Amino acid sequence: MAKGDVQLLGAWSSPFTNRVQMALNLKSIDYEFIEVNFYSNKSESLLKANPVHKTIPVLIHDEKPICESLIIIQYIDEAWTKNGQSILPSDPYDRAIARFWAAYIDEKWFPLLKELGKESGDETKAAIMRKIFEGAGLLEEAFVKCSKGKEFFDGDNVGYVDIVLGCFLGWIKVTESMAGLKLFDETRTPGLAGWAERFVSHNAAKDIVPEPHKLIEFYMMVQAAKASTG
Amino acid sequence: MAEVKMFGAWGSPFSKRVEMGLKLKGVEYEYIEEDLNNKSSLLLNYNPVHKKVPVLVHNGKPIAESLIILEYIDEAWEGPDILPKDPYERANARFWAKFIDEKCMPPMWKACWSIGEERAKAKEEASEALKFLENEINGQKFFGGDTIGLVDIAANFIGYWFRIAEEIVGLELMTQDKYPNLCKWAEEYCKCSFVKENLPPKDKLADIFKGIIQAQSAPK
Repeated sequence: MAKGDVQLLGAWSSPFTNRVQMALNLKSIDYEFIEVNFYSNKSESLLKANPVHKTIPVLIHDEKPICESLIIIQYIDEAWTKNGQSILPSDPYDRAIARFWAAYIDEKWFPLLKELGKESGDETKAAIMRKIFEGAGLLEEAFVKCSKGKEFFDGDNVGYVDIVLGCFLGWIKVTESMAGLKLFDETRTPGLAGWAERFVSHNAAKDIVPEPHKLIEFYMMVQAAKASTG
Repeated sequence: MAEVKMFGAWGSPFSKRVEMGLKLKGVEYEYIEEDLNNKSSLLLNYNPVHKKVPVLVHNGKPIAESLIILEYIDEAWEGPDILPKDPYERANARFWAKFIDEKCMPPMWKACWSIGEERAKAKEEASEALKFLENEINGQKFFGGDTIGLVDIAANFIGYWFRIAEEIVGLELMTQDKYPNLCKWAEEYCKCSFVKENLPPKDKLADIFKGIIQAQSAPK
């Protein structure tokens, strides 16, 4: 497939962009990456591609835009059926469970990490941390059930839930260093601790999840930019 | 033990979405009504993460979250398609179903039950969101084309629940002049015999909504 047919509007620092890049890698799809500065003025090309949400990532395939990272990943899985193995499981029940955990991660768990970054009060922070750990506990149970003793949520191979959760590992490390503790530690969440190490060195994820120090630099820069314009 | 069980609540649009999906595919199921103020231990066991309805249990295995359940129903049983076959159209259907859940329903519901500035803000947010849906339906009979599909099922709140609530609270949000396409869709949707059979009675819902107003204005 010619590279020009597939474009990805995204940002290197965005985990939502990263997970789409991982999906494209899993399917060995050639694509043109178009870096978008999403935290300041929205570019015209982004507004045209995603007029409803005005967010990245946006996948453009044969000039047709697809928005929302989870929807994009499922599209990639369904549009390229002959490239490598499926991203989602093949059994309908396993697919429903994978979709359930992806929704939980995006709608309930990751927002807690973002909230932690914004809060300053010790008591509020402690309350949010408790919820984050509770969530990690649920994800540990999910990992044990889904992996069935194998290396990844999807079993022997990296799949949907692996990339949906794995894309956050850079920001998770940032949170860990700022909060001074481990979210996926060997005692409380041994399954996830092992999974996280295996995931970041997997071909699909390697070179995509940004180094924590780069994310911290980026975060500081965005905060400074906001302070100067606010 | 019935092969297919469904835990729901008669007044919940999310619950009714799942019933529509099951009936569309002609699946026989056992329905279990949940008292949302006193949830059964069975429900809490089947959905420990969110503790909500609807939950579908197929051969003892539970699935939660209405849109996820609908996709499961589409994949597990033969029958009319809930999602289209084409990958791009499927992505589109998922996009608008999610949009309805995240951007339309919350401000629409909030606009009904808030007052003053809060109501004005929610109303504006809902108006903007509905404009996108108005453009999307664009004179088609249903979001799914000639037959109802995932987005139509997801929009049940907009087509039915909201219209009843809007009238009772005197909101005037989804008006004919501002949203002619959506209003026409809502009419067709509720007339559709398949949908009509799967909606809660209007008077019972109206009583619930009137009850909310009374509770809000009661001295504290």
